[in-house]
Order: sequence, then structure tokens, then C-alpha cells
Amino acid sequence: MIKRILAMLHARNLEFMRDRSSLAWNIILPVLLVFGLAFTFSGENKDQYKVAVMAEGLLVNAEPDESLHPLLKTDYITFYGVDDQSETVKKVSRHQVDMLLDLRPDQMHYWVNNDAVNGYFMRRLLAGSGGPTVTEKAVTGKQVRYVDWVVPGILGMNIMFGCLFGVGYVIVRYRKSGYLKRVSATPLSATEFLIAQILSRLMIVVATTVLVFAGTNFFMDFRVVGSYLSLLVVLIIGTFTLLSLGLLVASRVKSEELAGGLLNMLTWPMMLLSGVWFSMEGAHPYLQKFAELSPLTHMLKAARAIMIDGASLMGVSYNLVVLLIMGVVFIVLGAKLFKWTTD
Amino acid sequence: MSKLLQVKDLHKHYADVKAVNGVSFSVTEGECFGLLGPNGAGKTTTIEVMEGISKPTSGEILYRGEPQGSRFREQAGIQFQSTALQDFLTVAEQLKLFASFYPKGLSFDELVEVCALEKYLNRDASKLSGGQRQRLLLAIALVNDPDIVFLDEPTTGLDPQARLNFWDLVNKIKSRNKTVLLTTHYMEEAYNLCDEIVIMDHGKIIAQGSPDELLEEHFQDVIIELPMSDFNEKAAATMPYRILEKVQPTVEIVTSDVNATLAELLSANVSLSGLQVRARTLEDLFIELTGKELRA
Repeated sequence: MIKRILAMLHARNLEFMRDRSSLAWNIILPVLLVFGLAFTFSGENKDQYKVAVMAEGLLVNAEPDESLHPLLKTDYITFYGVDDQSETVKKVSRHQVDMLLDLRPDQMHYWVNNDAVNGYFMRRLLAGSGGPTVTEKAVTGKQVRYVDWVVPGILGMNIMFGCLFGVGYVIVRYRKSGYLKRVSATPLSATEFLIAQILSRLMIVVATTVLVFAGTNFFMDFRVVGSYLSLLVVLIIGTFTLLSLGLLVASRVKSEELAGGLLNMLTWPMMLLSGVWFSMEGAHPYLQKFAELSPLTHMLKAARAIMIDGASLMGVSYNLVVLLIMGVVFIVLGAKLFKWTTD
Repeated sequence: MSKLLQVKDLHKHYADVKAVNGVSFSVTEGECFGLLGPNGAGKTTTIEVMEGISKPTSGEILYRGEPQGSRFREQAGIQFQSTALQDFLTVAEQLKLFASFYPKGLSFDELVEVCALEKYLNRDASKLSGGQRQRLLLAIALVNDPDIVFLDEPTTGLDPQARLNFWDLVNKIKSRNKTVLLTTHYMEEAYNLCDEIVIMDHGKIIAQGSPDELLEEHFQDVIIELPMSDFNEKAAATMPYRILEKVQPTVEIVTSDVNATLAELLSANVSLSGLQVRARTLEDLFIELTGKELRA
């Protein structure tokens, strides 16, 4: 059994590697997207300082009363109310907020990021503003740029297309051309054939993704707080789930046109609703629930939690378990429904 | 010789088509068995059920007295009417891939030698000519050193040289005491290669036997052909004939008594210089049994 799987795996890998144009496209497209977005958003410098304020009776996002502290009278600074101290401190550490000012009577602290230029200026402004004493609680942390946030999204999207079209479309093509029929006349079983297809694409997708990530990371130095190994685990599990989904779609479809339509029907909503380009926080709750059905949502949530927040595998275990359950359901269904021929 | 493969009351129906309608026959070990018939007769459907690729609506196929199972898959070699292979693989890689699916088989060198593929081993399989490609597909069918080889219209589309070359290969396989099951449109091919043939039409068997037996059974006559320009009205009045629309229009006279017919032609002052006498062929039998209407 192993010998047959390995032989099919090797043949499929050779077929992919020798298809130079397809191989090049699998690497070039994500690189272009990452660099393109980085340059597009690199000029997005904030022209205003953002200071989050906590004060008694101050509502979230509301403008605080200037009488609370003289600093609040400064022009060209956006002051807004928040209620979650630890979450806002995190944002300060990621340079998403320049200062958190806690003006509640029993607190009177402020947080700035010692690694941020804006943090330095805000500290100086506060010191020069007079008013009640507020003690510093410094935080450190690298800036989370849009590219840091979006890079898992771009790679995830590329993986999704690579998996669904790479396995789904190829199997339908094999079926339509009669190659599957020829293979079915040998002792190779459907399960062995499918395992080889999944393993081959898994190796290719993981290798190209690691290559693209490493290559772009070399130039752009992404924020990766968690471990690279955890990220690799998420990559492998997510890829497996998406491949299984591709297999399920291709299990008995006879025409490439129908396969293309079905795959587009799956990939487009996933691309738009899984948080590839923008966060789904703040979206309608029903839309958020719907997004939970997408394997890509769980893959991206886990990857971002590891990269940006430094989460451990345990910390993203919910997403990983959901991905594994989805993957196993898809592959079992796909193998059960699988047909060699177009009859 | 024992019966290697038995087809018993085979029916295969699609939505509104009865592709195969109650077919029974046996294939003896070591023989070349031909399945003939016009397009749409049910040959490919029958052979695909025999290969285990397609399930019958009813009836059974027995291989060595048992339903086809994993043993059949390991001992059968199949060449489909049209087969796609994986892209970007060389001839050698295709052979090695298929060889790896089987527990045993012919050695790589033997396979290459039998199918005359030495020159093309490193060539991309998609860049082979028609004849080279059919030889590769035959080599893939032989990769497991099968006891029975199914060849579904293996020479369709090949030029005469490639076809003769392929016949040599089939004869080589036969000489190794393999059983061959062949479907073909070419009666000459069936006559040259097959020990036993079945002619199918409309999903049923309409004739079965060895090619010579069938010719003997159906024909006690021969055919006299002569140029239309040599034929005259006097001769036309005395004997039945038909006109063949060839480049040079030809008159065909079917007769069981050549001497009498020749005497009649001479008495009608017909020149015999362009005359040809030929025995009945499998093609005549095929046309006689299946008719002349155009098939799908």
C-alpha cells in the first residue's frame, strides 16, 4: 500500500514541478500581493495622534470632557473613550494607539510605548500640559503594520486557491480525460489514490508557502511573536482541511466547467468573509456566524493569534480542532462519494 | 484448455438504451478472442464490464470460475480505447509508476524490449506519435505480466505500418501463452489475430466461432469481380450482379460455381482480362450480418 501511495505521490510531484508556468505562478502571485500591499499601505501614516481615555462615566468611543485633564484640550489629537484596559494596553504595545490615559480617580496612570516615536511625543506633551499627576506605565512592543496583519490573509487565500483548485480541478481533469479510469483498472485503491493526491499537494503548498513567507519576511520583517513551529502546525492542518474540501467538491463532478463554478462559489465567499483583507470584528453577528463555517476563518484566526499575539498551540486549540473535524468530515465524505469514471 | 473468463447472460442498460442485452460466451485460456461489431453494437460496454470497470445491470462475469476480485485486477492487463496519462512524465516514468501498483510483473528491460520502446524511454509521453503511444499503452497493460490482456480497438487511427507492427506485438503476446481479448473494427485484423470471434450487433451476439468456421458456415461461394467497362447487357441479363462504386466502377458477381459463371461470361463475349476471383472475407460476413446502414 505504502509503495503504491509513494509512487503516485512521486509522479504527481513530478507532474507539478515540471509544469513550470503553474509552479512559477504559485510562488510569484503571493509574493506580488505581499509586496504590492506593503507598498500600497506603507504611506498610510497617521496624521493624528490617537489617545484612548478611561474615565468615570465615559462611554466607549465617546469624546471625553476636556475638564478632566488639560491634555484633552490639545488640538490635532483624537481622544476617545475605552472600557477595556488590558485590550487597549495591547493596542498601545502594537502601536495601534499612541497612549492610554486612565483618569479614573483611583487609577491616574498612562501607558505609552517606549518603542514608538508617537509614544515619546505623547509623554512630552502630557508632561508639559500641567494638570493632575498621572504616573507612567510603560509598555514595549513592535508596531503591527497592516502588512503584518494581512500577510496571513494573503498566504491563506493563496493556500485556499492552491488547495481547492489544485486538487479539485486536477481530479476532475483526470476523471474527464480517462486517466482515473485507467488507474482504476490497477490494484491502486481510491483511498490510496486520494491519500497520494492530498500528500502531494500538501507538500507542495506547505513548501511554497514557507518559501514565500521566508522570502517576503526577509525583506519586510513581519511581526511573529509566537513560535514558527506553531505557525507551521496551523499551516499543515489548515492546508489539509482545505485539500479535503477540494476533494469533496471533486468527488464525482464530471466537467471542468462545473468544477470551476463550484470552486468559485466556495472560494469567493471564503475570500470575502474569512478575514483575508479586513477584520470581521464589527460585522453583523449573522455574518460572523456564517464566517465560522469557513475553514479559512479558523486558519487565519489561529495564524494571526500566533503571529501577532504570540498565542501558543493550546491558545488556538479551538480553531485547530474545528479545522481537524472539518477536514476529517470532508475527506471521509469525499472518499465515500468518489467515482473513478464519468458514468 | 480451461475457460478463463465466462460471460453469463450479461445485460447492461443505461437510462433508455439497452447497450448489452443478454450476452453469453466464454474465453478459453491462451486464445485470442475477438469481439467485433459496428459502432454502438455494445462491444466496448461488454469489454468494460468484463474488465470490471463498469458494473452489469444483470448477469455475471467469472474469472477462473470466480467473480472478479483483487486476483483478477492483479492478473489482468487493460488497454482502453482512449487513455490519458499524467502530463509531464517520460515513457520510463509512466512504466515505473504503473509497475509500482502491482506486486509482480515483467522486468522493466523485458517490457521495453517486447514493446520496442528503447528509443523513447526519456521522451515526454505526450509527445509520442500514435503508434509509439499505442505501444506505450500496451506496455502499461503488460506491466504486471498479465494472464489476460484486454485490447479495446488498439489500432484505430494507426497507419498501416504501425498497425502491422502492433499485430506483431500481439502475436508476441500470444506466443507467451497469454489470453488476449480484442475488439476491433478491422476485419483483416480479427482474421489475422483471433482464434475465436463473436460478432455483436444491437447488444446481442449474432455469430460466434473461429473466423474460418464462420466463413465456411455462411458462405459456400466466391466473388468474381470485373471492370464495369468489360461487362455488357447480354451478360447482365443472364446472372445476378451488383455494381461497386470504386474509382473504376466494378461489377461483383457472387457464385458457387466459378466454371459455369466464367463460361456464361465468355458466351456473352465479356473480356476476362480484368477479372479477379476472390474468396469471401470476414468483411463480407460482417456486412452480410450487420447490414450496410450507417451507424453512429
